[in-house]
This record gives sequence, structure tokens and C-alpha cells, in this order.
Amino acid sequence: MSDIKHHIPENLIAAYASGALGHHFALVVATHVSMCTQCRAALAAHETIGGLVLEDLDAQPVSMGVKSNLMAQLDAPIEVEPAPKRMGAYPGPVMGALGGDVPKWRSLGFGSKQSILHNDATGSVRLLFIPPGQAMPDHGHNGLELTLVLQGSFHDEDGAFGVGDVEVADEDVEHTPIAGNGPPCICLAATDAPLRFSGLVPRILQPLFRI
Amino acid sequence: MIAVRDQRDKTAFAQLFDFYAPRLKAMAVRTGMRSDEAEDIVQEVLLTAWRKAAQFDPERAQVSSWIYQIARNRQVDLVRKERRPVPEELKLPDADDEDANQVLGLEQETSQLKAALSTLSEDQRIVVEKAYLGELSHSEIRDVTGLPLGTIKSRIRLGLERLRHELKELR
Ligand SMILES: [Zn+2]
Ligand SMILES: [Zn+2]
Repeated sequence: MSDIKHHIPENLIAAYASGALGHHFALVVATHVSMCTQCRAALAAHETIGGLVLEDLDAQPVSMGVKSNLMAQLDAPIEVEPAPKRMGAYPGPVMGALGGDVPKWRSLGFGSKQSILHNDATGSVRLLFIPPGQAMPDHGHNGLELTLVLQGSFHDEDGAFGVGDVEVADEDVEHTPIAGNGPPCICLAATDAPLRFSGLVPRILQPLFRI
Repeated sequence: MIAVRDQRDKTAFAQLFDFYAPRLKAMAVRTGMRSDEAEDIVQEVLLTAWRKAAQFDPERAQVSSWIYQIARNRQVDLVRKERRPVPEELKLPDADDEDANQVLGLEQETSQLKAALSTLSEDQRIVVEKAYLGELSHSEIRDVTGLPLGTIKSRIRLGLERLRHELKELR
């Protein structure tokens, strides 16, 4: 996995570290970091600054009982929730979002499928499954879109993306990702705004598929 | 922290409390929490630090950054009422196998970063503080005011590569 070429932008890693990044993008960042040493190191660097900021904050006196209360709990038995484990192409954070289960795919036509992991007013995050050589509908973006390849590959106007690569697309990008030959392309895709489709048919389907 | 991790040393943990509890409280209050709510968070964060101490790896993180990370996770969980997605944990090398050079190197990089932070103008410092307390959105965080992150990144990466190498040999 050392041949990842497209990484998470620095400002998104910093925002993830600080907790300011929305849930949908946070899932993509956590998943990419699970696959990428370079971004794991970058995240740790931002957390180092976070730690320095924490050290530097003006201390606020803590009530008397808090310490003794805490010390008394140290020997209590621990219920550890096991962290979600990677399964096949799906790293731990994705398995967490899937609730430990296999994806529930819904057809998008022509063999393409999607499985929505999370969708609300602030955006959405989903898994996409595109058969080799198939195109994703041509679309523009009203906001930011992150697409992380989990299996296979795709290419578009912006380049080629293999396992672990993230494509970052914003308002200025209009693209038609096409899945590469080889295994079907499975992506984790997050947006903070609905996509704009240029073809008529996808636009009609949009409310249906909640893309 | 190492004493907390390896000897489950409660005196050492009490010292950790004395330093971090008032700062964690300040951090929670800053996000708009009442004093009693903030103190609940302080307890939860430090209890998590105690329980997850085995995962603390000085080759990759300073104590402050590790606690910062636990605190941010907890705060996001509370705000969103759902689990924050976190990266897969990496396995740890044996404690007695820790590379002292790597630990020392990370410490040095961190103090250099600290020194760099102290040379920032007041305005820049405020921006950095806001950014890392979660008060700026990703589009507001531009280049994080040109902090020299490169060297610490490569230092941390070294620790990661070493870890990965060891994991490979285990297999
Ligand atoms: Zn990366
Ligand atoms: Zn797109």
C-alpha cells in the first residue's frame, strides 16, 4: 500500500484532528489513514500540535471531588468494546459504519450498485460498486466530494486512482470516473452537498437514489 | 505515562490528573459546556487514558497529543451522539523493545514545534488555538499558518515504518 499517490489534503487532516470535520468526511479520512502511513504520520503531527495547544491552555480549577471520584474508578472492571475489524476490502472504520455487516447494495443500473452508509442534511457517505470499464454518471459538485478507492481502480479527467487513493473534487470539477479493468471498483465516497448531474436521466433518478 | 502504562502506577496517574484535568476542563468549557459537564468529560477522558494506557506508544505520540486525541474523540461523540470514525489501531511493539532514539527524536521534534509555536504572532497563535480546539471548519483552516510540520511528520513516519517492519517479521 505504499504506492498511494493521492492523499487527504492537509487542511482536512487538521480539521479531522480537531474534531471539526463533518461525520461523512471524517469516515473517509479515518479509512484512508487506516491504509496510509504518510497520512497517519500527518494526523499524528497535527495531534502533536493539538497536544501542545492543550498543554498551553489556561488551567481551570477542577472541583474537589473529581480526582478522588476518578481514582476510585481505576480498579473497576472494564467493558472494552472491540474496535471494528477490517473485512476484505473494507477497513475498520467502514466496517464500523456498516455495523460489522456486509454492505446492503442497491442497484444503480448497468451493474453499478451503492450502499448508503450515512445521509443527512450536512451531506452523505456511501459505498459505490462499479463493474470494470463502467462509467459513473457524469456530474458536477455543489460542494466538496472525497472518493477513496477500496478495491480496483478508476480514472477520470483528473488522473488514475488505485487502492488507497483519494480524489478530491470541488465546485470546479466536472468528471466522469470510469472503473479500471480488473476487479470491480469499490469506492467510499462522501459529499457535503448533493451532486449535480449533467445528463437528463440521472437527474430524474437523483431523488430516487439520493445521490 | 510510561509508569501508568507498564506498572499501572496510580501515583503517576494522579500526577497526570493534576496537570491535565484543569486543561481538559478549560478545553471543554471553551466548547460551551457548563462547568459540571466539563468535569464529567475530564473524568471520562482521563479514565479512558488509564484504561487504554497499553495503547500508548511514545515512538509515535507525546502524552499531550495522545490525551488531546482521546479528548477530541469524546467530545465529537457527545456532540454527534454517535461514534466518531477512528482509524484502525496499529499493533504495538513490545514495551521493552522500544527504540529510545526514536522516542528521544520525537521528543526533540515536539520541542522544536513548541518553540516554533512560541514565535508566532499573537494573531497567528489565536488562529492555531482556534483550529485545534475545533473552532475552525476545514475550509477556514488553510495552511495552518505555515507551521513546520515536515520534520515531525517524517519522525513519526519513521516510528510507523519500524512498527510495520516488525509486524511483517511477526507474520
Ligand atoms: Zn495518505
Ligand atoms: Zn464527483
